[in-house]
Amino acid sequence: MATRGALRRTYTWIAAHGPWSAWAWRNTAFAVAAIPAALPAGLGLLSVPLWLVLVLALGPLLGRLQRSRFWSLLGLEVPEVVRAHPWSTPKGVAERLRSDATWRQYAYHLLVSPLMGLGGALQVLVWAGGFAGASVYGWAWALPPDRSGPGLAGAYDLVTVAGALLLLAAPWPAALLTRLDSAAAATLLGPNRARELERRVEDLAESRAGVLDAADLERRRIERDLHDGAQQRLVSLAMNLGIARATLPDLPPEAKAVIDEAHREAKEAIEELNSLVRGLHPAVLEDRGLDAALSGLAARAPLPVELTVDMGTRPGPTVEAVAYFVVSEALANVAKHARAKACSVRVDRMPDRRRGDLLRLVVTDDGVGGADPAGGTGLVGLRKRVGSVDGTIMINSPLGGPTVVTVELPCGL
Amino acid sequence: MRAVIAEDSVLLRIGLVRVLEMAGFEVAAETGDAESLLAAVETHRPELALVDVRMPPGFTDEGVRAALRIREASPATAVLLLSQYVEERYAADLLATQSPAGIGYLLKQRVADVEEFIDALRRVAGGGTALDPQVVAQLLLRRGGGPDPLSRLTPREREVLALMAEGRSNGGIAAALVVSESAVAKHINSIFAKLDLSAADGDHRRVLAVLRFLDGTP
Repeated sequence: MATRGALRRTYTWIAAHGPWSAWAWRNTAFAVAAIPAALPAGLGLLSVPLWLVLVLALGPLLGRLQRSRFWSLLGLEVPEVVRAHPWSTPKGVAERLRSDATWRQYAYHLLVSPLMGLGGALQVLVWAGGFAGASVYGWAWALPPDRSGPGLAGAYDLVTVAGALLLLAAPWPAALLTRLDSAAAATLLGPNRARELERRVEDLAESRAGVLDAADLERRRIERDLHDGAQQRLVSLAMNLGIARATLPDLPPEAKAVIDEAHREAKEAIEELNSLVRGLHPAVLEDRGLDAALSGLAARAPLPVELTVDMGTRPGPTVEAVAYFVVSEALANVAKHARAKACSVRVDRMPDRRRGDLLRLVVTDDGVGGADPAGGTGLVGLRKRVGSVDGTIMINSPLGGPTVVTVELPCGL
Repeated sequence: MRAVIAEDSVLLRIGLVRVLEMAGFEVAAETGDAESLLAAVETHRPELALVDVRMPPGFTDEGVRAALRIREASPATAVLLLSQYVEERYAADLLATQSPAGIGYLLKQRVADVEEFIDALRRVAGGGTALDPQVVAQLLLRRGGGPDPLSRLTPREREVLALMAEGRSNGGIAAALVVSESAVAKHINSIFAKLDLSAADGDHRRVLAVLRFLDGTP
């Protein structure tokens, strides 16, 4: 089975890289383009030390040349090794000397590049020979017969066929060279795979933090817009209706009822808008921090909440927003499902060697317990929001209670 | 009586001027930021300053800081703060200032209940106190639990204490709880006894006593 698969792959490869394919031309050009980059190696034929010095000195330039060869002819990106300092500074030189990537690159320039240059030269020879052979009748016709050599005269047909076959076969070695060169470049010229992944993770973490911050900023912008616009208008409307109610005592009962109704509606709209804004991003959180925002939350909860906050310096705004959301959701869940008489919220900051400081939130209630961490949109939403900042959540809720929700958020964000 | 207003929303300011005039105040100046408020208080020496907490340029606590300065610089001017949200430390800071003038801290939406708001305006201008029920709830929350004299109070006495902290008179408390004034007086005496406080005269001092206990501020 395995051999059959390998065979099929080989056939496919042969079929895909024949002279009829677009790849054939690209590969040929690529293989030939290895020659100029290998020129320093040509010097090696004259003087090995000169060659070594030249390659060492031209290392960065050669790297750029090879990268642009891969990119412009194959569309293949060989990622550059990211350095902290430019090479012209002492720190940069030290960094490069210590880095294994530097030595891998020199291995490419000293070993692979000359071989590929040789391959490219052979390609040129194959093409030249092929052309010369295929057009042997032309040569015979164009040149005087005495100079074409009598020995070949009888073999012209054979030479023509051989030349044509050589031309037809040339793309396959070019494809093979391309493949070997690409593989060598990926391992030797590019950054180390593990380091590449590490960098990718860093990039992703950074861009995720950026997305979170942007979402947070957007929430705050909406909150501010609502505060400056709709909220002020509604308060003003409710106040004017209140003034109407207070100053027009002699209205017909129907009109008075309508005004009363409108007044009540306006006040309810204010309440609704306020709770919407609090859900987005409460102003108190931005102005006064987590402690103040949580105490407002606890005071509005429908059951007595004991709140202890021991935080020291404020964590970042994104972490604060997540912490606020966590406590808000947890208290809403307690009020909805736990049938608890009392609840306590504890927030403290503790050092963690692995992740920097952690903000720990513990919400405990004396309710019926049995909260299912997987079930219920509330807990799922909580988990997602905590996960978005690399936090952890632990829910301990045996039947009969008590329920303890512990959330830990890294403060670094 | 004269009043000055500091509120950056023009729409709301127009309404507030109307309510102040209904309450019998003459509006001496309308401003939209803390600097011009302080200047207006300096010029007019009003009996009352009605101040929004969130004002330019920072839109955070400019109003509170202005109020603290007014209480220092112009002790005859009572201050009523309006805020989008409750921050009990603002209330504690304000109540901690030594000034004979009245002080109030209400959520902005309370202005919709015009009659009650007018009551609060007059009470504060007259040297009394008006604290939002939400402020009181948060102050009580911070003292909740632990070996606390508050835990010795009955639920009814807690209710009375909360209403007292809002700045209500005995009559107001009686109306809110639908009991007689003498019953309220009995509860209050019992509260003072349990909290080891000697009953003092006047709404303001009473509230200060309550808050001194609640927050530990002098």
